[in-house]
Amino acid sequence: MLAPVNIPLESLNVMTLTPMLIPIIGALLILVIDVVKGGLHKSLYVVLSLLFLAMDFFALLNGAGVFAQNGTMLGMFDVMLIDGLALLGQFVIVGASMLFIPLSLTHKRFHEFSYPEFFALFLFMIAGFQFMVATDNIILVFVGLETSSLALYTLIAMHNRDKSFEAAVKYFTMGALAAGFFSFGAMILYALTGSVEINKIALVLASNGYADIGYVLVGVAFMLAAFAFKLSLIPFHTWAPDVYEGASAAMAGYMSIVPKIAGFVVAMRFFEFLVHSHIVWLQIVLYAFVVITMTASNMWALVQTDVKRMLAYSSISHAGFVMAAVLIGTTQANSALFLYWILFSFTNLGSFSMLWMSRQKHLPDHQSSDHSYDKFAGMIKTAPVAALIMGLFMLSLAGVPPFALFWGKLYMISSAVTSGYTILALIMALNSAIAGYYYLKLIVYMFMKEPVSGGNGDLYVTNATLALKTIIGIAAIGTIFAFVAINPLLEFITSFVYNSGY
Amino acid sequence: MLDHILSILIFFPALAAVFGFMIQKESMRAYGIAVSLVEFVIALVLWYAFDNSVSGMQFMENIPLIPSFGINYTLGVDGISVFIIILSAFFTLLGIGSLTDTPNVKYMIITLLFLQMTMAGVFAALDAIVFYTFWELSLVPMLYIIGAWGGPLRIYASIKFFLYTFAGSLVMLVGMLFMAYFYYQAAGVWSFNLLDWYRLVLPENLQLWLFVAFFIGFAIKVPMFPFHTWLPYAHGQAPTIGSVILAAILLKMGTYAFVRFSLPLFPDASAYFMVPIAILAIIMVIYTAMVAYAQKDIKQVVAYSSISHMGIIILGTFALNVEGISGSIFLMLGHGVVAGALFLLVGVIYDRRHTKLMSEFGGLAHVMPRYATIFGIMMMASVGMPLTINFVGEFLSLLGFYQQSHILTLLAGVGIIVGAIYMLAAYKKAFFGEVTNEKNKNLPDINKKELFGLIPLVIVAIWLGIYPKPVLEPINNSVKSIVQLMHNKAVTELAKERIPDLTKPKLMEVKETIIEEVN
Repeated sequence: MLAPVNIPLESLNVMTLTPMLIPIIGALLILVIDVVKGGLHKSLYVVLSLLFLAMDFFALLNGAGVFAQNGTMLGMFDVMLIDGLALLGQFVIVGASMLFIPLSLTHKRFHEFSYPEFFALFLFMIAGFQFMVATDNIILVFVGLETSSLALYTLIAMHNRDKSFEAAVKYFTMGALAAGFFSFGAMILYALTGSVEINKIALVLASNGYADIGYVLVGVAFMLAAFAFKLSLIPFHTWAPDVYEGASAAMAGYMSIVPKIAGFVVAMRFFEFLVHSHIVWLQIVLYAFVVITMTASNMWALVQTDVKRMLAYSSISHAGFVMAAVLIGTTQANSALFLYWILFSFTNLGSFSMLWMSRQKHLPDHQSSDHSYDKFAGMIKTAPVAALIMGLFMLSLAGVPPFALFWGKLYMISSAVTSGYTILALIMALNSAIAGYYYLKLIVYMFMKEPVSGGNGDLYVTNATLALKTIIGIAAIGTIFAFVAINPLLEFITSFVYNSGY
Repeated sequence: MLDHILSILIFFPALAAVFGFMIQKESMRAYGIAVSLVEFVIALVLWYAFDNSVSGMQFMENIPLIPSFGINYTLGVDGISVFIIILSAFFTLLGIGSLTDTPNVKYMIITLLFLQMTMAGVFAALDAIVFYTFWELSLVPMLYIIGAWGGPLRIYASIKFFLYTFAGSLVMLVGMLFMAYFYYQAAGVWSFNLLDWYRLVLPENLQLWLFVAFFIGFAIKVPMFPFHTWLPYAHGQAPTIGSVILAAILLKMGTYAFVRFSLPLFPDASAYFMVPIAILAIIMVIYTAMVAYAQKDIKQVVAYSSISHMGIIILGTFALNVEGISGSIFLMLGHGVVAGALFLLVGVIYDRRHTKLMSEFGGLAHVMPRYATIFGIMMMASVGMPLTINFVGEFLSLLGFYQQSHILTLLAGVGIIVGAIYMLAAYKKAFFGEVTNEKNKNLPDINKKELFGLIPLVIVAIWLGIYPKPVLEPINNSVKSIVQLMHNKAVTELAKERIPDLTKPKLMEVKETIIEEVN
């Protein structure tokens, strides 16, 4: 006779689950609406998604208030972990998603947005990412990762072009491989320590003084490869440019931000104790990852002929830049990661939205790809405002002060300086200079060349609607006036990171 | 109003530039002149209100920007920076006033007004990050001016200009972050405030590294040999107005930054690197003078002569004494006036003939006497004839360096003589002799619009050459306090020896009087 299991509801701490439950409920609601009455316009689903994301955001604000008062919360049999990193990560995820979803209200009709499933999958994906960052448990990380990735593959494929199918299949294959690596790494660590929780793994490994260092390294190597796939670190980046090219510009911008912040938070949790236990091998490998990713992707970006591919390589480079925070591992570096990524999401989403706004349904003959450099030649003459905004985003990405990304770079390089990584700081600085070249190339095309298309400026705003313009406006204002927001943002981030013990 | 005069000086042109988008094309010139005139008047008010006897910072403003990371919007001027700010407003006014048939003049004026914002900002900033912000931002308008209105190689020239400076200043940024970190270690709080940094005494080995990091940023901007290769391209391709502003103000950012950052922050490193830098400066003087002699294009002659004079400025700065540094700052102003005027003059002939090759000219003095006169005066000023503005600066710079090394000063003097040779040779080729080229026979002489730009420069060049005191005195006061600061901060014997102690004689006097009273 089994004893009745009695679990008090309070001990579950259901509150830790609310932020994830809200988008799931939203997704289910969208599916139900579709079942009851099909064929509704996409604007309904966009607004519904936006509403649920806003509720999600408020739930997070509530959680942040509780965290600021009581510190870290555990829930659901200690599987859920709501600390500063989890909250910050979720803020970025939900915030960027709120900026992304109105981009589907384009002027031209695009296939994928006519399906309500698109929005349902989108919300499921967000819930997956939220689970990923809000736990210490490798199994839940894995579940969150797979939920979100499977949804994301489908979202890319729904763009319904030959290249999109290719991109989705490529992403799926690579993602499956990464998932295999992840589970294998987790298996080894579980075999070594008998736990799937990162802090317990750390405790067990530290208590036996990393006795089985060989096995630990094998496990870590598999985990590292899995993260490198997800964060598109070189040499595991090969999927990224093709997938970005195949996905719609808006989706590519989204992919350069949200999946990566989720990956970074998990990487931060996982590598923090390893970096601080002074495993030299790991430090060298991470160092190499950071430097090679930054530099090599910059080199590739130099020779691209398509702006979207250039931006794809540039966001790989930014990911490498930010990965330095995981290597450095101080509070300042970890805060810099979040600061950088928040500022980056404004600027990068803005520049991808500009591409999205200029996306034509059919390519004219002289244009080799959707967003070739030629297309933007002489833009200042035909569409001055759009050219100025695009130029602004490029300058910000290049790190010209006082625009948003400069402050991220400043704080990140400063964290390298403070922890004694002088050479790394110099490499980071010089990489910004190399990157300056390809951002400048677009500026040169826009401001200093004569228009080739001969048409009027309508080309650059074919897709413009009020929704798109609003998002771009928000991104531009965020980029220009970032310096006002840095101080409160920095204090908020630092206190959250510090109080979670990172 | 006077409390925020520096902010007004910085952001008034920016605001005017933004509003400029609303102005109709034909009215844009008038708008530009009006706005830059107001800006110049504000700069004159600044001069009027400036207290010459104070050596420290005046008109300070301080607004916290990112206090948790020690970044504040801090502004202030002293005798070193106030005149360069006035000069930049002056040149914006003259530049816009003498703009000739520029296509797309509306965008040009908006860009120039933005450029004026960054120039005023660089020279007024007392916070390293604010300084860096304006320093970097100044690249963007210049990139556009060269790239959109330049010659056939304009895109190559503008990108080279941008990337070269951008790369150098990122290294400098790393240096700034180190400074802020050292301040954090010493004081427990982050600060990028320059006046805070002045109080920081660093050990010599750190000074050397940081000096190099800052040096790379500044030397590319000046540009010092061997980092000078971007400048001939930039000058060669830039439109007249671009060259004028570039030579008159933008290059001064580098030399000014040496005085503002390198010397007082790293006195020991400055003394340590004095001789190598002086040698680079002398190579710069002589080598570019020789290159200038070989040029066929009159604009390149002016461009190389401009680099050559920057060498003297560097030499004066690294004399590390009051005469040298004051002289180099005065020469910055003088070089700004003279080089700016020469580029304007080259622009005048280019507008008429659309060529800058000296072989196309000859005998211009017969056809355009007024033009030849002004060109002659400015050329004399450029070679440093007494009673012109450059003479004062060059003389003081060399006098200052003479106290450190006789031989090197002598070599630099030779460079100046070579300078006189190529300038006179160029003048002879273009202006004297018979009019050989048919196209030159009927060239119109200089017109009113061009005189508007040139006459004030001639007046300034002669006035300050004869009576430099109103400008030199405040410069001297501020330089004295910097030299004293450097001497007090120096930790090595070498630096104590090379940087003079200005308080010593005074202290002796006080001691004696005390003894007398006791007796």
